[in-house]
Amino acid sequence: MAYSKKVIEKFENTLNEPKKFNVGRFNPSDLDVGTGMVGAPACGDVMKLQIKCEPKGNSHVIKDVKFKTYGCGSAIASSSELVEMLVGKTLEEAKEIKNKDIANALELPPIKIHCSVLAEDSIKQAIDDYETKQ
Amino acid sequence: MSNNIQQPIYLDYASTTPVDPRVAEKISSHLKMDGVFGNPASRSHKYGWKAEEAVEEARSHVANLVNCDPREIVWTSGATEADNLAIKGVANFYNGKGKHIITSKIEHKAVLDPCRQLERDGFEVTYLDPDAGGCITLDSIKAAVREDTILISIMHLNNELGTLNDIEAIGSFARSRKIFFHVDAAQSTGKVEIDLSKLSIDLMSFSAHKTYGPKGIGALYVSRKPRVRIEAQIHGGGHERGMRSGTLPTHQIVGMGEAFRLAKEEMQADREHVANLHQRFLDGVNGIEEIYVNGDLDRKVPNILNISFAYVEGESLIMALKDVAVSSGSACTSASLEPSYVLRALGRKDELAHSSIRFSFGRFTSNKDVDHTLSILFHAVERLRELSPLWDMHLDGVDLDKVEWN
Repeated sequence: MAYSKKVIEKFENTLNEPKKFNVGRFNPSDLDVGTGMVGAPACGDVMKLQIKCEPKGNSHVIKDVKFKTYGCGSAIASSSELVEMLVGKTLEEAKEIKNKDIANALELPPIKIHCSVLAEDSIKQAIDDYETKQ
Repeated sequence: MSNNIQQPIYLDYASTTPVDPRVAEKISSHLKMDGVFGNPASRSHKYGWKAEEAVEEARSHVANLVNCDPREIVWTSGATEADNLAIKGVANFYNGKGKHIITSKIEHKAVLDPCRQLERDGFEVTYLDPDAGGCITLDSIKAAVREDTILISIMHLNNELGTLNDIEAIGSFARSRKIFFHVDAAQSTGKVEIDLSKLSIDLMSFSAHKTYGPKGIGALYVSRKPRVRIEAQIHGGGHERGMRSGTLPTHQIVGMGEAFRLAKEEMQADREHVANLHQRFLDGVNGIEEIYVNGDLDRKVPNILNISFAYVEGESLIMALKDVAVSSGSACTSASLEPSYVLRALGRKDELAHSSIRFSFGRFTSNKDVDHTLSILFHAVERLRELSPLWDMHLDGVDLDKVEWN
C-alpha cells in the first residue's frame, strides 16, 4: 500500500479531528441542503456529500459542507480534499471542480483514481439535488 | 516472551514468522569458513560430507514432526514450489490415467495457479466451495469425483480464516477411490499434529517460514508406501532422487530442520500460549458492536482470527491501525480491488468481505501486544464509523440490502 504522504496526512487529520474537517451531516430535507450519495458498499466505497447554500446575487454560494465516507484511505482523503475546495464557492464554480484536481492535490496513484471520480460525482449529485429543491 | 512492545505490533504470523533465535544461531553456523558451509553433493571431501550430514539430520527433523520416513521428504524452495511440484508433477506423470483434478476455492494461489495452468494444458479442474464455516466437506468432494479424477488437492489449514479441513476423512476416501491426495500444509506445521503414518495422504507441502524458520526453503512429502510418482519440474543434476535438482542450500535446510525440531518439542506450549491470546483478543473485541468472526470458531486454530467490522472498509481500517501490522482480507492491498476470494467463497456479503482484517498470533506475541492492539482497534473502529455513511444508515434502521446503489 504505497500511499502518498498527502493521502496519509489528509486521512489521519480527518480521522483525528472529524469536526474540523467537516465530518457530519445536515438534515437532507432542509431546503438549503443538497445531498449527494455515490458508490456502493459492494464496491468498497460510498461517499455522502452535503452542501448548505444560500442565494447570492444571481447565484448560490456554498456556505457549509458536511460529508461521510465509507471507503479506503484514498476515498476518505479525496472526500475531505473536495470538501475543503468547496466552501465559499458558487455552484457554478463548484461544478468546475474535476476529479483531476483532487487526484493531483493528493497525488493519487492510477489504481486510486476512481476515488477522485467518485468525489466529483458526489458534488455533482449534491448540486443537482439542491437545484431541484429551489 | 518479550516484555517490550515493539512498534508496530506484529500480528501477521500467518504471513510469515520471525526466525526463532535458536534457528538463526543454527543457520549462521552453516555459512562461513569456520562453519559447515560445504556443498552436500560434494562426495570427495569432508566439507561435503559434513554438509550432507547436516542436511540429512534436518531431513529427519522435518520427517519427525509429521511422522514419516526421511526418505519421503524432498527439499524445495518453499511451499509454493512444493505445491507446483506435487500438482503438476502428478498430473504430468499420470495424465494417461485421467484428466480431472479436484481442489477448492479457498486454496492458496500456489495451488490455484498451477491448477489454472493445467487447465490450459487440457486438464479439467473442479473448484469446490467451502461450507459457511469455511471448511471443505467430504460430501462436496464425493459429489465432484469422476471416473477420470486423478488428484485431489485440499489445504490443511486455511491461511485467511484458520479453518481446518478433515484431511483424515478426505484421505481415506481418496485412497479408497485410488485418487492421489495432496495437502498444502504450509500453515499447519507446529500448530496441529500431523501423523502421516496414519493419514492416507500421498503428497504434503511444507514451508519453513510460517513455523519460525527462514524464508526460501520448504519441502514436499512424497509417499513411498503406497508409492506416488511425480514428474520433476526443475532439471539439472538429479538432486533429491531426481525430483528436484539444484544445489541444496545447507544453511536454509538446517534452519528448517531446527525450526521443525523446535515445533515438535514446543507444540503444546505454543498452542496453549496462542489459545490464551486468541481468547483474550476475542473477549476484548466482543465489546465492539456489529463484528463477525469469519470461519467456524469450533473448527479453526487460535493462531488466526479473521474478523469483519461492518460498515468500516478494511483498507482504511488497516491505515488507521498503523501501529499494528495486520493484513486485510480484502485484496485492495495488492493490485486488484476485489474483496478476498476466500471470504466471497464463504458467501459473505461483499461489504463484509471488504471490511475484514486478519489478526494472527504466534510464539512471540504477548498479552500486552493483544491489549494494546485492542485499545487501538476500539478507537479506530469508532472513528471510522463516525465517518461512515453506512453506519449512520444502520443506526437509522435502514436495510442496506434494500438500498439501490448507483
